[in-house]
Amino acid sequence: MPQIFPEAANGIARLVLWAALVAVLGLVALSVLLPRSDMFTGQDRILAQPVPFSHQHHAGGLGIDCRYCHAAVEQSAFAGMPPTETCMTCHSQLWTRAEMLDPVRQSLATGTPLRWNRVHDLADYVYFNHGAHVSNGVGCTTCHGAVDEMPLMRQAAPLTMEWCLDCHRDPAPNLRPPEAVFATDWRRGSEAEQAALMGRYDIHPETMTDCNVCHR
Amino acid sequence: MADIPERPPVMRGHPGTREISGRIASIVLKGQMPRFFWLAFLAAFLLVLVLFTTVAWLITQGVGTYGINIPVAWGTMLSNFVWWVGIGHAGTLISAVLLLFRQDWRASVNRFAEAMTLFAVAMAALFPILHLGRPWFFYWLLPLPNTHMHWPQWRSPLVWDFAAIATYGTVSLLFWYIGLVPDLAVLRDRAKNRAAQLFYGILALGWRGSAFHWARFDAVYYLLAVLATPLVVSVHSIVSLDFTYGMAPGYHSTIFPPYFVAGALYSGFAMVLTIAIPLRRLFRVEDLITKRHIDNGAKIMIAAGLIVAYGYAAEFFFAWYSGNPAERMMAWQRLVGPYAPFFWVMLACNVGVLQLLWFRRVRLWMPALFVISLLINLGMWLERYVIVVTGPSTGFLPAAWGTQSLQWVDFGVFFGTLGAFFALMFLFLRILPAITIFEVGELADERREA
Repeated sequence: MPQIFPEAANGIARLVLWAALVAVLGLVALSVLLPRSDMFTGQDRILAQPVPFSHQHHAGGLGIDCRYCHAAVEQSAFAGMPPTETCMTCHSQLWTRAEMLDPVRQSLATGTPLRWNRVHDLADYVYFNHGAHVSNGVGCTTCHGAVDEMPLMRQAAPLTMEWCLDCHRDPAPNLRPPEAVFATDWRRGSEAEQAALMGRYDIHPETMTDCNVCHR
Repeated sequence: MADIPERPPVMRGHPGTREISGRIASIVLKGQMPRFFWLAFLAAFLLVLVLFTTVAWLITQGVGTYGINIPVAWGTMLSNFVWWVGIGHAGTLISAVLLLFRQDWRASVNRFAEAMTLFAVAMAALFPILHLGRPWFFYWLLPLPNTHMHWPQWRSPLVWDFAAIATYGTVSLLFWYIGLVPDLAVLRDRAKNRAAQLFYGILALGWRGSAFHWARFDAVYYLLAVLATPLVVSVHSIVSLDFTYGMAPGYHSTIFPPYFVAGALYSGFAMVLTIAIPLRRLFRVEDLITKRHIDNGAKIMIAAGLIVAYGYAAEFFFAWYSGNPAERMMAWQRLVGPYAPFFWVMLACNVGVLQLLWFRRVRLWMPALFVISLLINLGMWLERYVIVVTGPSTGFLPAAWGTQSLQWVDFGVFFGTLGAFFALMFLFLRILPAITIFEVGELADERREA
């Protein structure tokens, strides 16, 4: 009876076995790396906006407080987007003919709000509350990054659940005294100072990872 | 009683090894299946299409389409799961436990029983996933290094099911495949055309049948048998303990693990007979799968069925002995409540019809045994349905009582998986040797030497 397989078949069989092993390991590596990549998390993504609003200019250069525009941030789940009238407090006087601001004037004239594109977009099943964080010492730049240095708004953090839990399990290093919450130049204090803030805000991490803290 | 024959032999006649391998291999290699075979395959395939359609509907419309809601949030997806996993157990018992106990009658039934296990586990695995509501996230049950930074909820029965099914599926597949290797080599050597030679040749992994090969084969095969043996008990025990996590009366009986394992073997052997009886006739292998095999299967059914009957009695005893009004009410509702018809039919099949098997004439009369095995399959399905549904439907809060009604999606998915199971079974019969060539050959040699 003639041989069914040529001699090379042995080598091919071994190659297939090794390739299968490599494929399995590669798959595991991919499953770790891909979901954490910028492509998946959207970290550092910049979205096109109707007006190329610069936080660097307004918050950094001019020193306008975050709450001037995001007025609801201390009380509400949603930080709030400014109505066109807020823009017009200055821009009815400044740059009144700038082409860049056409959509803003248009919005005021027609009464249709500007349609900004959400940069920090959490999953719908996450019930994030800005008020709860801001009033307990979590500063804006902790999650949103150095907004005062961003000519265009970009997603500063990966916004994965693992990233949320990092802080929910150990919030102390990210807490600030109330007066520093909206500061852009706050620096972390000593370990003792940070630990003292836990007591000041009465924060108990042991319940902060319960499912129903963020998911209802 | 004089006309009842002596205990039928494990094998009729004195066929040689060469004759046996030729006969079994030619079923696959010649591929001349009877017309009935293809008609049955067509029917099964149509049911597979029904499965696809209903599952698509279920996924797009949500789990409410199969009649579950609060309070009865567990419906047929769970009872089907238990039923299918249970069926697999007979295959494992035959292949692993009977191998370790050196029961010679397992040789000609173990291959298709293992295939049955594998396909039944595959069908079972579908149901918890379909039950998820968002089945596309099923991989969250795996302990993956995900970006959520948490492990699966180890206290959730879903995770236990996942582990139980994954282990069971892996071990069953390995056991089945390792056992196939020498037979695949026989097929490779007997194949006449190049495509078949290549196909079976690659699957045979270069098996030459040397003494080395056989020594290693035996080591691996017996090792896997030892690994598979605890699964006969553990998988269905875990399935039964899923229920203990439900806050429903009737889910907490301590008899559950042994009662479920016995039920699994009971329904499993019913399925083995459902397949074996037509199979031996269709392929004219009555001398290899003899009435001895069928008789033994029926006897195991009596043993397992009686344990199940004891389980039913124990459930009612526990309900009464607990003194808990909710438990007692649930037990009473089983007898007279909205699911009473299911319960009584179940009792008639699983305890009533079973008694016929005490008679040897019935055990050796194939048409009757075939019908009985079908009825017991039905009874065991009803048992799981009754257990799953009656508990939550009359829960601890009378204000929150309700029922689950069977919808067309329930039937579509269930009969769809039956179709998929038999379609896979038919493909298996067409492509692989349904009877273990080398073991039956060994058996024939031993018999001739004796």
